[in-house]
Amino acid sequence: MALSVTDLRVYYQTLRGEVKALDGVTFSVADGEIMGLAGESGSGKSTLAKSLIRLDGRMRHAGGTVELDGRTLPIADDRAMDEFRFREVSLIPQYSMSALNPTRKIGKMVGELLAARGVPGGTAELERRLELVGLSKDVLGRYPIELSGGMKQRVVMVVSTLLNPSLLIADEVTSALDVSSQKAVATTLLGFRDHGLVTSMMVVTHDISLVYQIADTILVMYAGRLAEKAPAEVLVTAPRHPYTRQLVSALPEVGVRYEDRRLAGIPGNPPSLLNPPGGCRFRDRCPVAFEQCAEQPPFAEVAPGHLVACWKAE
Amino acid sequence: MRRYFGRKLLVYGLTFFVAVTVNWMIPRFMPGDPVQSMLSRANVAQPAAVEAMRAHYTAMFGFDLPLWRQYLNFWGSLLRGDLGISIWLFPTPVTDVIVRAVPYTLGLLIPSILLSWVAGNRFGAFAARRKWLDNTVLPLGYVLTATPYMWLAILLAWAFGIIAGIFPVAGAYGYDLQPSWSGEFLGSLAQHWFLPFASLFLVAFGGWAIGMRNMIIYELEADYVNYLRALGAPMRLVRRYAFRNAILPQVTGLALQLGVLVAGALVTEIVFSYPGLGHLILQAIQNQDFFLLQGTFLFVVVGVLIANFVIDIAYVLVDPRTRTGMGGTA
Repeated sequence: MALSVTDLRVYYQTLRGEVKALDGVTFSVADGEIMGLAGESGSGKSTLAKSLIRLDGRMRHAGGTVELDGRTLPIADDRAMDEFRFREVSLIPQYSMSALNPTRKIGKMVGELLAARGVPGGTAELERRLELVGLSKDVLGRYPIELSGGMKQRVVMVVSTLLNPSLLIADEVTSALDVSSQKAVATTLLGFRDHGLVTSMMVVTHDISLVYQIADTILVMYAGRLAEKAPAEVLVTAPRHPYTRQLVSALPEVGVRYEDRRLAGIPGNPPSLLNPPGGCRFRDRCPVAFEQCAEQPPFAEVAPGHLVACWKAE
Repeated sequence: MRRYFGRKLLVYGLTFFVAVTVNWMIPRFMPGDPVQSMLSRANVAQPAAVEAMRAHYTAMFGFDLPLWRQYLNFWGSLLRGDLGISIWLFPTPVTDVIVRAVPYTLGLLIPSILLSWVAGNRFGAFAARRKWLDNTVLPLGYVLTATPYMWLAILLAWAFGIIAGIFPVAGAYGYDLQPSWSGEFLGSLAQHWFLPFASLFLVAFGGWAIGMRNMIIYELEADYVNYLRALGAPMRLVRRYAFRNAILPQVTGLALQLGVLVAGALVTEIVFSYPGLGHLILQAIQNQDFFLLQGTFLFVVVGVLIANFVIDIAYVLVDPRTRTGMGGTA
């Protein structure tokens, strides 16, 4: 088991109190698994992704553990985490366009980063990997401003995976791209896994239709908790959680004329995470809610590899 | 690259031309008559002698020519390096008067500008990372940078010169000394130099420190910093990058501030009766000395232009983004 997260809680500290963005999350990612992490804005998916590599100043680790390849990640200890970052856990950030220092040549910056992390040399490997994503080694002698957006994205992808991390977190990497670049990025991510450059991967996105193309499994989050995890095919074709069902039905389908039929949305809004209500958090928007939903349903396995947090999922 | 510097040189050339023209105009359209003041200084009683002297002086300074001729003559002699003859220190050439004053002004300006810039930037970057420093010392920086130069100068002169009596408050060296390379003279020189230097240094220091502190905080929030931190880069490397990127706007700031700093130095010199260019400007205005005023202004303008040009070149060297812009049509 590459990654196993147990009852992880991460809260944001605000002036009005603690926002429970991640409130008791338990799941695991197998070796070689590409897991899509989907959810709407504010569902806690980015918080989860960040928690596994670097908590920012406002985030507080309120409980739970993260284990990677049998070692506990000290996620609350910024210094102790440094040892794991880049080597064990790595990140392709949402902001690839501005992730490189604008006043350093790319090759020099990577060299300085590697030297600072105690990894000497590596230039030959870097050039080989650039070639793998279709970039010539000339980009190492250029400044980020001299590269197109797509090239910068590929450079960042190469840099992030340079030390063959056990877990790669891709945080909304395709959000800012056009459809053809999205496809290229998805293919590259798949290539990283298939070439054995990264062991497992977590692809964070709000776009289920994209993650469906590359992910083995998809995990859906809602209001700081897990809703459903299933193999990608199953989750899209036979979802069991009412939220996932509505989410999937809100996706456009090929061959349907939406002039004739309006695309369905999910009425209502997610609850505030400042003082979230008890029980199932989807209760207020759920078409099948009943009395038992006042109690938090467990995230239980209803079929092999299919976990759902809903009383009516069986 | 050549295009870039060609265009820069053209802009500087135009600025120089306009500055020299304005420079020539100001004293001539100022109220007062310099020849009259020389005549009254001579204190001659006979009207005939006065008339003869007036004609002599007017012809000598070229005031009898039409304005456009005076203007052309001015350019002509300027290109020959001749700035005319001082009226105040008649008959010393203006060039000599300025050359005597320039070392004092440069001796004040260069150390105070460079040291305040370097020290202010370092201190600001340092303070940005320490809350207690940020909360205690930076308000002081705001006060310093908001202080007018001459006011701080007067305050320092009063506190350290009059009350504490540690430093002298007037002149560049003791009145009982002759310039020489003796230890006594150099010591006196340093002692007289300290307070005007300190007042210039402190005001500029506050401004640089605040600017740098804000820039560093901004840079440490930048995406490339977050990315490096997520890859476990040590804070040392991140700070180095942030400092280098934060210094770029400060270089531009230095170019913008140069004029202000020079003006501040001139006022400070007047407060401390320091015999530099500021002191000369004051004397030239009081004595309606067109030529000296013109010459001093010209010197200041040329100095600021040269310094700006140097900063332009330095900026190209430190920021790769300006270099890539030069390759294209931009």
